[in-house]
Amino acid sequence: MHSVYKVRVRKPYRDPRLDTSLIKNRCETEAKILAELRLRGLNVPALYYVDVSKGLIVMEFIEGPLLRDLIRGGSEKIFKYVEDLGGLVASIHDAGVVHGDITTSNVVVRSDEVYLIDFGLARYSKRLEDLATDIHLFIRSVESTHYSLKESLLRCFMRGYASIKGREFTDSLLLKVREIRMRGRYVEERRVRRDI
Amino acid sequence: MIVLGIESSAHTLGVGIVRDEPPHILADVRFVYKPRTGGIHPREASQYFMSNAPEAVREALREAGVKISELDGVAVALGPGMGPCLRVGATLARALASYYAKPLVPVNHALAHIEIGKMIFSFKDPLVVYLSGGNTLIASLSEGRYRIFGETLDISLGNFLDTLARELGIAPPYVVSGMHQVDRCAQEGKNFIELPYVVKGQDVSFSGLLTSAIRLFKQSRASMNDICYSAREIAYSAIIEVSERALAHTGIKEVLVVGGVASSPVLRRKFEVMSELRGVKLGVVPPQYAVDNGVMIAWTGLLLLKHGVHVRPEEARVRQRWKLDQVDVPWFTRTDSVRS
Repeated sequence: MHSVYKVRVRKPYRDPRLDTSLIKNRCETEAKILAELRLRGLNVPALYYVDVSKGLIVMEFIEGPLLRDLIRGGSEKIFKYVEDLGGLVASIHDAGVVHGDITTSNVVVRSDEVYLIDFGLARYSKRLEDLATDIHLFIRSVESTHYSLKESLLRCFMRGYASIKGREFTDSLLLKVREIRMRGRYVEERRVRRDI
Repeated sequence: MIVLGIESSAHTLGVGIVRDEPPHILADVRFVYKPRTGGIHPREASQYFMSNAPEAVREALREAGVKISELDGVAVALGPGMGPCLRVGATLARALASYYAKPLVPVNHALAHIEIGKMIFSFKDPLVVYLSGGNTLIASLSEGRYRIFGETLDISLGNFLDTLARELGIAPPYVVSGMHQVDRCAQEGKNFIELPYVVKGQDVSFSGLLTSAIRLFKQSRASMNDICYSAREIAYSAIIEVSERALAHTGIKEVLVVGGVASSPVLRRKFEVMSELRGVKLGVVPPQYAVDNGVMIAWTGLLLLKHGVHVRPEEARVRQRWKLDQVDVPWFTRTDSVRS
């Protein structure tokens, strides 16, 4: 099986102390989470080796096209893939993990199966707020890269998500997502002091 | 084509006049409201604007050496921004447009910050990093509009810096000789204190960082210099990190940093290091045009007018929450070859 290594390189624009702490913490968390999700049988890269002091992780290379490119290429299967992705994200959330960067370029399709990659910003959390942020980030990525397909892709994603977590939980999550989006800057739907 | 543009969304009443041939900028008049204490008081700012508006227009025309009859259009920033402030500019523009029968061009303030930057650097398809008192977002053109990749989940970078400075008792004034008080205070900072560094995907969040920094100060657990240094390093690094990731995702080859906070020399240096590392062109809008001004409104108004965008005066209402990704950009003609 092919493998890929990921080294967190030092960023010269960051204070070295901040850099060290970010590299160490993120490397450690990513390795733990990859191992745990894989043990649960979820479609994420297998962890082969880790050296926190070097910021090094060696993991399975998931070979296949990016979901982003399949969507751009107009593949017919994208709706099924996005629904599968919704299910995968729900299972990851069930494991008490949030991915932190769900975009269509972090999804690879291998032998007709959807894999989520790059857990660099992932962390442990069961808070509704954090789960909802994951969904918000996915919506944002679809809005900014596949605007015209936004509605249908999101519907598929949420259908897949609800198939694992149930309709009731999914609806309460979507309410939270809405709340987060309303908090943003210059949201036109938001009207402060509507009653005045 | 000659267009007059009016800006009044926050603390600056600006009237600019531009034309489509070089030199593009014919006039740049600004009246800046400076609060004695605290932040911008919208009503006081708008009253200050009202008393200076007629003079601003007269002075701009004088500076440009054009008569009002020679104008091809009047552009105005209708949002986003503070309602009372925006209304002064809108009223002025509606009056000029209807009295002199000129096309009235509605301009989005955020789009104007971007377009003046593109003009200065001759950029075609940049990744836009927009940092100001009201905005913190990363965007690029896709399918006819600027699409937002990432933004702040709570307060803006400028808001973060200003509030921190105010709570620490070192502002107003917020900026002294081109440098923010937080940057000044950070110069003497030696120790790095761990504070919340929040990056979620392409989004950032500064409210937790602000609260923690203020708490440290109130409990006298760290020196003001160290607090400023650490908080600033974390906030700036988060911005650079999401910008760098957006470049990697999109393959864009130009970075345009716009908005008032772009003036920070410290932040600028960090952008330079990152751009060199990634081999992309960097354009940081110089302080003169990074802050709010009428020229950018006039210039964007001119581009819009050339594409037939104008409204009747009664349609020109202010939109306090007019978001960048709601504006159609008619001159959008990207060739994919610009990106790798």
